[in-house]
Amino acid sequence: MTTGTGIGASIKRREDFRFLKGLGRYTDDMTMPNMTYCVFVRSPVAHAKLGKIDLTAASKSPGVVAIFTATDLEAVGGVPCGWLVTDRHNKPMIEPKHPILAAGKVRHVGDPACAVIAETYAQARDAAEKVSIDYQELAAVVDMKKAMLGGAAVHDEAPNNLCFDWELGDKAAADAAFAKAAHICKIDLINNRLVPNAMEPRAAIGAYDLATEEHTLVTTSQNPHVIRLLMGAFVLGIPEHKLRVLSPDVGGGFGSKIFHYAEEALVTWGAKKIGRPIKWVAERSESFLSDAHGRDHVTHAEMAFDKDGMALGLKVDTLANLGAYLSTFAPSVPTWLHGTLMAGQYMTPAIHVNVKAMFTNTVPVDAYRGAGRPEATYVLERLMSKAAAEMGMDQAELRRRNFIRKFPYQTPVAVVYDTGDYDAHLDKALALADYKGFEARRAAAKARGKLRGIGVSAYIEACGIAPSSLVGALGARAGLYEAATVRVNPTGSVAVMTGSHSHGQGHDTTFAQVVADKLGIGIEMVDIVHGDTAKVPFGMGTYGSRSLAVGGTAIVEALNKVIDKGRRIAAHLLEASEADIVFENGAYQVKGTDRKKTFGEIALTAYVPHKYPIDKIEPGLEETAFYDPKNFTFPSGTYICEIEIDPATGETQIIKFTAADDFGNIVNPMIVEGQVHGGLAQGIGQALLENAVYDDNGQLKSGSYMDYCMPRADDLPSFDITTTNTPCTHNPLGVKGCGEAGAIGSPPAVINAICDALRDYGVMHMDMPATPEKIWRALQVAMPKAAE
Amino acid sequence: MPHVTMEVNGKAVKVDVAPSALLVEVLRRDLALTGTHVGCDTSQCGACVVHMNGASVKSCTVLAMQANGAKIVTIEGLSQGTNMHPVQAAFKEAHGLQCGFCTPGMVMSSADLLARNPNPSETEIRSWLKGNICRCTGYHNIVKAIQIAADTMSKKAAAE
Ligand code: FES
Ligand code: FES
Repeated sequence: MTTGTGIGASIKRREDFRFLKGLGRYTDDMTMPNMTYCVFVRSPVAHAKLGKIDLTAASKSPGVVAIFTATDLEAVGGVPCGWLVTDRHNKPMIEPKHPILAAGKVRHVGDPACAVIAETYAQARDAAEKVSIDYQELAAVVDMKKAMLGGAAVHDEAPNNLCFDWELGDKAAADAAFAKAAHICKIDLINNRLVPNAMEPRAAIGAYDLATEEHTLVTTSQNPHVIRLLMGAFVLGIPEHKLRVLSPDVGGGFGSKIFHYAEEALVTWGAKKIGRPIKWVAERSESFLSDAHGRDHVTHAEMAFDKDGMALGLKVDTLANLGAYLSTFAPSVPTWLHGTLMAGQYMTPAIHVNVKAMFTNTVPVDAYRGAGRPEATYVLERLMSKAAAEMGMDQAELRRRNFIRKFPYQTPVAVVYDTGDYDAHLDKALALADYKGFEARRAAAKARGKLRGIGVSAYIEACGIAPSSLVGALGARAGLYEAATVRVNPTGSVAVMTGSHSHGQGHDTTFAQVVADKLGIGIEMVDIVHGDTAKVPFGMGTYGSRSLAVGGTAIVEALNKVIDKGRRIAAHLLEASEADIVFENGAYQVKGTDRKKTFGEIALTAYVPHKYPIDKIEPGLEETAFYDPKNFTFPSGTYICEIEIDPATGETQIIKFTAADDFGNIVNPMIVEGQVHGGLAQGIGQALLENAVYDDNGQLKSGSYMDYCMPRADDLPSFDITTTNTPCTHNPLGVKGCGEAGAIGSPPAVINAICDALRDYGVMHMDMPATPEKIWRALQVAMPKAAE
Repeated sequence: MPHVTMEVNGKAVKVDVAPSALLVEVLRRDLALTGTHVGCDTSQCGACVVHMNGASVKSCTVLAMQANGAKIVTIEGLSQGTNMHPVQAAFKEAHGLQCGFCTPGMVMSSADLLARNPNPSETEIRSWLKGNICRCTGYHNIVKAIQIAADTMSKKAAAE
């Protein structure tokens, strides 16, 4: 159905009214009676022994209610890590304690040493400035290559700063493939560190009710139940029934709001201590120093080809920066979300990936939009275009030659692709980008003194990490299913409690479309409830483009149970056998007759069971389902970027950006397009603008919007996007996930285009972000060569 | 404590303020108008844009005292009840918002653009929006929304 409000319709979002009218309710919009305010005193240095913390002056500051340091938190656990990676020697990763407030040592600029609680923010800020801490500075570990050599250590447990040394694939097979190669393409690249920068800074409010012994945490989280589990069980020792976690409207996440953060634990714990609610809201400069960062890989990779351009083997060696502590899912990102993607869309028979994950005195690094998959795609897709240039082949043609065309396909890096059609989106993208006409456009640009380039990237993504048994074997300390409850009210309206969390994705609309479609009722009859552990039975939350594929499927499964129960009730009312009753267009009908009961009538009967098989069926109509997927889903796509460089300034302009994605079936095309746009902006931002830069002392030099270049409206073009569809084979909706694709596929497309534009100048690679300065400098070095 | 007198969304208000208080703090905290957001501390993001005497300003960069005697319109005052201003309606129509956090500032800023330039080109729109960061939409649909709003508003103006 593509009309009306059901699956496939681009209906307008139901949540927009409140956001457009200023009626959204974000954490910082909430106040509680008698609330206090918290400001953290954060380390100004990257690595130091904590000497005396002198609170004398601060405690006397007006309005101060309490000041906490690590000494107050001795009975409290550290921030836990949710994924245990086992290294290639079968050793568990090194897992140092991550205290709520720095104990003994600070390990990155921004590491909180002290929490000041006062009657107002202004008073808390003033008092925080009066806290005097003796930082006895130690050498900072910043550069990963130097970190390995030993000397300074972030944690005593890891003298050479290595957390784990992990591998995937068959090294001997890869070596053998390289021995047969006609061409070997090599690359050294950096996947630049990024700061996620959701526009709503993180915030948390903790409260404690002495009467009921209940704790409440309101927090900017993508997954409130996960926070309840981690914080309740591992940090504060609060059982689930005494801890309520709410994530109301959340202003963007992009991964950075998955993790359990120390501030959440501090306000929850502190609220009980002082007997009053505590609110903390990050200032943006604080977000830069305390939100988990993304990416930060240094990689050497080689790819072997035969004389026809068929890929024979791939070897990847990566140093992955984990920062100072292990953030919640950090170990999974450079390993199982990265190595497993190295086959991409290609039949490369032998692959070996080695990842050494390092501690450094920098902000912890964890999942950021794409999480490991952009890093893998960047390596592979840079190699493909570079190899094509070296072998004198067309970059699209080289890819096409190597496409996987038989599904299911077992890759040499553990995963099995269920379905896909890579030619379909390549063809569509080539046509939309007018790839054929490019050389003429290049020549025309050249005549104007400009350098045009075109870059192709063909990405694969793995969404909805699953099944739980597999991820458990890989080290996940949680299951990766989703839960949903469908509550049909007596008058036929429906409330759906979902464990997924919307922080911009539009679940209130998309999920309601699915429900309305399946039940054949009006969408206005459907309410989507999320973000409150007191209302939603359980949930694993929203990340990894999993909401529709996993959360949506849980809803469908619960709906199926509702429909089945309704059928039994209908069979009784219609005096027919269950097998003879079909459910269609919102009514149960006896096959081949016009005898029917609407869904609303059945709902009413379920709650007013006067004429009801009460000995066989319970009254009421409410069902819960937990859905554990059988496999990942594998969206894929082709992105083509065409750019023009002004050699006088080194400035790059994106002339056209084309995206053709296969997301399987689509519930709301308008929302899906929006997700792609946003992902593209972040990927293009990474490629051209964004960079988290640390100096040798571990100071974050790009710690505000003055220095960290966020993509703005005038940095980006409008996008040309389209989709193809091979439905996912193992979930009932046939959906795959679309949230991260844009950020995964676009960085290599942009850099491939830039390298293509600069090919006459002998520039074979340029690290991100490809700023005008970098390009201009490269041209100055190369100019004389090209001028000949 | 000093105080400021302003007209906010058509209502006269008088608020006691510290001399260092920012307009955005007074709006959010004292007047409970939480539609205006704070996304940065360097006057870069535009989540806090409101209208002051008819022009868009970043309310995080205006001292409350500076607003003494001013007419302020926030997102809550741009339209009444269930009505939407054409810019609000166009943002919904074109899916120009996702998480909604930048949205109030975007809408207020866009409304000011269209008041100054009823028929802006894509380049003019993108250049005007430089002071408003959105991390969700990639701006594509925000640009579209402003074009739609420009269209509706000029048609409406022509009809009047
Ligand atoms: S809050 Fe960012 S510009 Fe005002
Ligand atoms: S809609 Fe989320 S920041 Fe713009």
